Amino acid sequence: MPVNYYIYFCLALFSIGVVGVLTRRNAIIIFMCIELMLNAVNLLLVAFSKMHHGAAAAGATVPSTVGADGQIFVFFIMVVAAAEVSVGLAIIVMMYRNIHSVDVNFLNRLKN
Amino acid sequence: MSIIQILFYLLSGLAVFAALMVLLSKNPVHSVLWLIVVFFAISGHYIMLNAQFLAIVNLIVYAGAIMVLFLFVIMLMNLNSSAEPGKHIWMKLAGVVAGGCFLIMLVSLASQAPEMTNKTVQMKEGNIGLIKELGKVLFSDFVLPFELTSALFLSAMVGAVVLGKKDSTQ
Repeated sequence: MPVNYYIYFCLALFSIGVVGVLTRRNAIIIFMCIELMLNAVNLLLVAFSKMHHGAAAAGATVPSTVGADGQIFVFFIMVVAAAEVSVGLAIIVMMYRNIHSVDVNFLNRLKN
Repeated sequence: MSIIQILFYLLSGLAVFAALMVLLSKNPVHSVLWLIVVFFAISGHYIMLNAQFLAIVNLIVYAGAIMVLFLFVIMLMNLNSSAEPGKHIWMKLAGVVAGGCFLIMLVSLASQAPEMTNKTVQMKEGNIGLIKELGKVLFSDFVLPFELTSALFLSAMVGAVVLGKKDSTQ
């Protein structure tokens, strides 16, 4: 599979996430669009990892670990995303408790 | 067309359609369910790339844990579709135009990049994505970041509890 196909697909997913962040007002939907963008980047990292691994494994006789870094990065991105979601949802719950809405436009001034 | 290409187009189309439905559905619960469809499609892509560890972790962590957290929060708040007032149509249009320009710019940039021409991705073979190989790399080269993530998780846990606790002073 040419790597360009993966690039275009991931760019489409990422742009859908960007449009979602720009157009929606519900804080939870905005959060989900951020998850969508993170996943697009994850898939692109794995595709690049396999691209480099395929290029390195083509001529090598011993099995190489070229490209493992990309997949480890994806693992760490998932870890950070899990921590981010737990804190972010706690913030959204607190916001809902205080102003009884999850509309981000009510947050344009953080004071009061 | 080989079976790999058919699966690629099928999973990509499913993922893009589900991602669009995440944006377009009025009910936040439906958005969460469509996002789970996106995660399943991306896990299918991981399996096609023979990244088996990430496919399983993606399903367990994202579709399992994070989405359940989202669903739990949405149901806790009892949000329905009428809770969200519509944004102004011009603001929506501006957002879509900005995202479209972003997409067009990046696609033109990627299609012209000399590093990406005639490069292929290794499908369904290569053992780099197996747990054995990734574990060796994770516990030799990346052992310090791996240990630091435990501190990150601890601080995130404490932060979530502190933020979610009812303020007793009020």
